[in-house]
Amino acid sequence: MAVVEARNLTKVFKQGELGAVNNVNLETREGEFLVLLGPSGSGKTTLLRMIAGLETPTSGEIRIGGDVVNHLTPRERGIAMVFQSYALYPHLSVYNNIAFPLKAQKVPKEQHKQKVEWAAGLLGIEKLLQRKPRELSGGERQRVALARAIVREPRVFLLDEPLSNLDAKLRASAREELDEFHDRIKTTTIYVTHDQVEAMALGDRVVVLHQGVVRQIGTPREVYDEPADTFVATFLGSPPMNLLEADDAIVGFRPERFLPAGLIAPWAPMGEIAKTLRPENLLPADLQSSGKRISLRFRVEHSEFLGAERILYGTLEGTRFRDKPVCARVSSSVLETYTPDTSYDFAVPEHELKFFDAKTGKRITPRPLSWQ
Amino acid sequence: MAVENRRLGAAMFFPAIAFIVLLIGAPFALAVMYAFSDARIGSPGFHYVGFENFRSILQSPSFQAALRNSIVFTVCAQIIVIVCSTILSIALEKPFRGRKFVRFLILLPWVAPISLGAIGWKWILDSIYSVITWVLVWAHVFKPYSAPMWLGEPHLAMASVILVHCWRLIPFSTVIMLAGRTAIPKDIPEAAAIDGAGFWRTLFQINIPMMAPIISVAVLFGTIFTFTDMTVVYILTAGGPFDSTQVLPSLAFATGIQGSDLAAGAAISIFLVPVLVLIAYFMLRAAHRAEVA
Repeated sequence: MAVVEARNLTKVFKQGELGAVNNVNLETREGEFLVLLGPSGSGKTTLLRMIAGLETPTSGEIRIGGDVVNHLTPRERGIAMVFQSYALYPHLSVYNNIAFPLKAQKVPKEQHKQKVEWAAGLLGIEKLLQRKPRELSGGERQRVALARAIVREPRVFLLDEPLSNLDAKLRASAREELDEFHDRIKTTTIYVTHDQVEAMALGDRVVVLHQGVVRQIGTPREVYDEPADTFVATFLGSPPMNLLEADDAIVGFRPERFLPAGLIAPWAPMGEIAKTLRPENLLPADLQSSGKRISLRFRVEHSEFLGAERILYGTLEGTRFRDKPVCARVSSSVLETYTPDTSYDFAVPEHELKFFDAKTGKRITPRPLSWQ
Repeated sequence: MAVENRRLGAAMFFPAIAFIVLLIGAPFALAVMYAFSDARIGSPGFHYVGFENFRSILQSPSFQAALRNSIVFTVCAQIIVIVCSTILSIALEKPFRGRKFVRFLILLPWVAPISLGAIGWKWILDSIYSVITWVLVWAHVFKPYSAPMWLGEPHLAMASVILVHCWRLIPFSTVIMLAGRTAIPKDIPEAAAIDGAGFWRTLFQINIPMMAPIISVAVLFGTIFTFTDMTVVYILTAGGPFDSTQVLPSLAFATGIQGSDLAAGAAISIFLVPVLVLIAYFMLRAAHRAEVA
């Protein structure tokens, strides 16, 4: 187990062009599950490949366990990596795939069998040892790749979008297994993904990257609730945060905090609300009881029914933002129907408004805002 | 519509079928017929003699020597070709300045007509005008009067013929190998590097096994090209000295056409067929496996 650090890490592929990774500083904690999250082209995979030693940094330092490893080959860094494609050796059996790192690192031969069986047991693939990779399903391949990574007991685990080749249903269960797996082995893990759900579910902390720059590092809760800038605010959440430009500031609020006014009426008697709502519609206490709310007329233009939820698209009638599209995410049983081109009374708690600098997009302290 | 399509299909197939039937099928049928007869150039008689021709060529020392030479020739040439083209394909895989130009240069021998290339080599290896000898004499490796006769001494002649063949086949093999290497996903050698494998382990335990199907295709194609080719031998040495470079195709030509014994010549060339069919069978199987993988 070790701490991985990046110091002013930069990678420029073509001179004169914008770097793929620009001046990145980050530090994992011991045994942490750190997720690098960003859209494609954000430099997250390049960053991971530099840590792995597959890519040479243009400048900056990488430390693993306190030692600078820039000049070390991948094999000397004591890391293991799971590739997006799993990169299993197609001509070798599962057993030989898992044993390959042991052979390559000259682990005494008599230990191979026991170690391979231990790794296979950990991932529940003991029965597949004699098969070839092409005879395995996507989920089984992923487990073989994990077993091959863990067998040599690496100091650091690097995972490059390991779930993206699985179908949606399998992905959810694989995600859970991965989480459990990390809890068991407790090895420092760096995980690359473009999927915010994976990042939120798995990460102890999330590093949000955009154009090779770290936009924010924080717990899933922090990056979601307290985005550092407009990029993080719009990259996370589905649908993303509503952003409205007001003079020199941008004000944002999450669609799921923009709700029918009756639901966030601090003065409404609780009993009355409880009568009309089913348990799943009960809102967090902070939405119902504390703070000021801002009432807005929401003109719904169309709505999408997504089962448990409904996404409403429309505009804020009677405000100076009436040309800007805004959306709201409400539990689908809060109100039975929304008629298109009709206005409803909505509200957003004042403390849910996030303010950003209009020029830099960086988060700023809340300020008075006129809606008219 | 269906009828029209069928006609169009037939029309499009026709040239290929005509080509095979007229230029490959007919001569082949003729050769089979001759091999079981006593046909000779200039003699009108034509009788069926069964396996007599095969019996006699099998007993002939020159046939045995030619068979031996063919095997030595093919096996040596293939080993050199595969080793060199594997090295070249590795060297040419990563981009560098001038890579396209180097690839072009390497392909040249394959593009040049084989007879012209062989004639060029005949001059390069000539007993009097050889540039190789000239350079070696200039470098004081040999005295002018004791310089080696590249095509005049049995072992040197064989080596020369093999090398010229390699010169010709390496480009072809290299192109096949390059195609085969690009089929290996980039992250597999990377995974091997992370797993701790060095250059040689990655080469022998990952890259070469993964290229095995494509290598076998290259080997089998090369084997058939080498086994059936007589141009290089015929132009460089005409089988000499003392039949030391005589291979089956050149012996068949010398016996059947130059020696007027059509029947024996046909029998020698037909003798190759079962061997080549077997090789072709393995070739197709390997190619199929390569596709499946």
